[in-house]
Amino acid sequence: MRELTQPALASRPTPPSGEAQRRAARWDLFVELAVTGAGVAGIVLLLLMIVFVVREALPLVLDPTQREQASLGKLLLPQPWRDGHPPAFLWNPTSKVPKVSVWPLVIGTLKVTFVALAMAAPAGVAAALFTSEFAPGRLRTWIKPTIELLAGIPSVVLGSFALMTLASALQATFGFDFRLNALVAGLAMSLAIVPVIYTLTDDALRAVPHTYREAALALGATRWETAFRVVLPAAAPGVLGALVLGVGRAVGETMIVLMASGNAAMVSANLAEPTRTLSATIAAEMGEVVMGSTHASLLFLLGAILFLFNLVLNVTAGAWVRARLQRREGAPS
Amino acid sequence: MSRHAPARLCLLALLTWAISASAGTITIKGSDTMVALCQRWARAFRDANPSVRLQVTGGGSGTGLAALVEGSTDIAMSSRPIAPIELERIKQRTGVDPVVIEVARDGVTFFVNPGNPVRALSVSQLAGLFSGDVTRWSQVGGDDRRVILYTRETTSGTSEFVRDHLLGGLDFAPIAQPLPGTGAVVNAVSRERFGVGFGGAAFSRGVVPLRVRVDADEIAPTPEAVKTGRYPFSRALTFVLARPAEGDVHRFLQWVASDEGQALVVRAGFFPLR
Repeated sequence: MRELTQPALASRPTPPSGEAQRRAARWDLFVELAVTGAGVAGIVLLLLMIVFVVREALPLVLDPTQREQASLGKLLLPQPWRDGHPPAFLWNPTSKVPKVSVWPLVIGTLKVTFVALAMAAPAGVAAALFTSEFAPGRLRTWIKPTIELLAGIPSVVLGSFALMTLASALQATFGFDFRLNALVAGLAMSLAIVPVIYTLTDDALRAVPHTYREAALALGATRWETAFRVVLPAAAPGVLGALVLGVGRAVGETMIVLMASGNAAMVSANLAEPTRTLSATIAAEMGEVVMGSTHASLLFLLGAILFLFNLVLNVTAGAWVRARLQRREGAPS
Repeated sequence: MSRHAPARLCLLALLTWAISASAGTITIKGSDTMVALCQRWARAFRDANPSVRLQVTGGGSGTGLAALVEGSTDIAMSSRPIAPIELERIKQRTGVDPVVIEVARDGVTFFVNPGNPVRALSVSQLAGLFSGDVTRWSQVGGDDRRVILYTRETTSGTSEFVRDHLLGGLDFAPIAQPLPGTGAVVNAVSRERFGVGFGGAAFSRGVVPLRVRVDADEIAPTPEAVKTGRYPFSRALTFVLARPAEGDVHRFLQWVASDEGQALVVRAGFFPLR
């Protein structure tokens, strides 16, 4: 930024007086500090949040009682729960014999996220391809704001819609045993992440230089070939960024899954069965938990898992984008 | 809570007792189920009698009765009958039998969707449903469809009551879907043709309350059956006192039994005495 603004200032036709110049410089400094401060504050807040979550979950490691109540074995391995039944992965931390397996919740989160992404990614990317490559200008000015408006719908409204209408409609259509299930929640969630994926993909596609399209068309490619084989691959890093943000939103989204997923904590691959996610568990149980108990520490552990998940996702995606850009620009490796 | 919690609680209880002895405060302690109801009573009673202070704390019926044995509370709230050993200990301390006063009744209704032909189940059939041993309605005389269970989040007192009284303290089936309130359960069952859930009897719009089969009888959860205890999932909510009440405590108990006091019982989601 600096390299750009300073020559611009210096090349003004009439150089200002010494006093005005000093004032301008002071103002510059002030703005720079303010902007830097805002950026640093963001990072500091993030770090503090991580510290807070980890500190609240730390008794699981440090406190002997908690370490025993939520040992690694209890967290990760199947546990006995009833005579005559095989050991299972169960989450029921307030039962007479607490069960604290994290698998039902992790798998539940992945199930709902998978459904949401499977619906939203093709829809969002296709819609973005249409508006950036095919739609006449007037239509585009209508479609883009309309889809973006979808992002403004509060998730509790989407959740109610899923709970009241979508669930009944899907059950009537497909004959699901369970009215509330991972599919209903995932479908409602896809409504929440389509605008995210669409908007960012559209921006990425439109950022592809026009010369790419002209070159492709000049070589005899059809509009469809140009859009799908040239523009979309060129925008791939941006599209991936859009998908990563979409997944991040889906993993952390709470209200929709709390209302529409049925919240039964069990390990199952069946998308038509109810499921319980990490975020919904924190939301449902945090209000009633005894602070300082193993249960409370466990809820913060779930928060830390969510954090870690998004971190890994972002870092991996970032590495992929960097590698990809390097290859495209032919930078020496 | 730390390991010192019991010690601290005892100290607190002792302190409150000391204060109550001097400043005319009535301390009430015990059943978590009854705390919300008792706080309603305390607030309304204080509005009418500003000179009397009431202090309501939970902890569970056992905690309340233990405090009564120690003499650190005036009234113990209990949602279960007093145990012989507790009775004996209190008598040892005071020389007289403790006084048990029923102040309200609690009942849990099980309900199904109107589209489900099942209208009555025995206690063991209900237990089979909620433990997950029975997975199809045809096993209890209904259609050959999967049973969809709705429960409450595990922190709910109603959920605990059903868990303890129906399943003997065992967990609900893992596939049971916990919802955040009785209203949500009623709503879900009213939309799920083969769903079953439970809650207070006051909520039954759009759902059909199940009758409970005991021997040859089918008992509906009417206020009458809940009051008399004929309905199996009902219990007395009681106040236990170490000795016959007098003064402010006596006035409070009289007020609780009055129409005004019993009206608050209904509002808290329980059954009144009359």
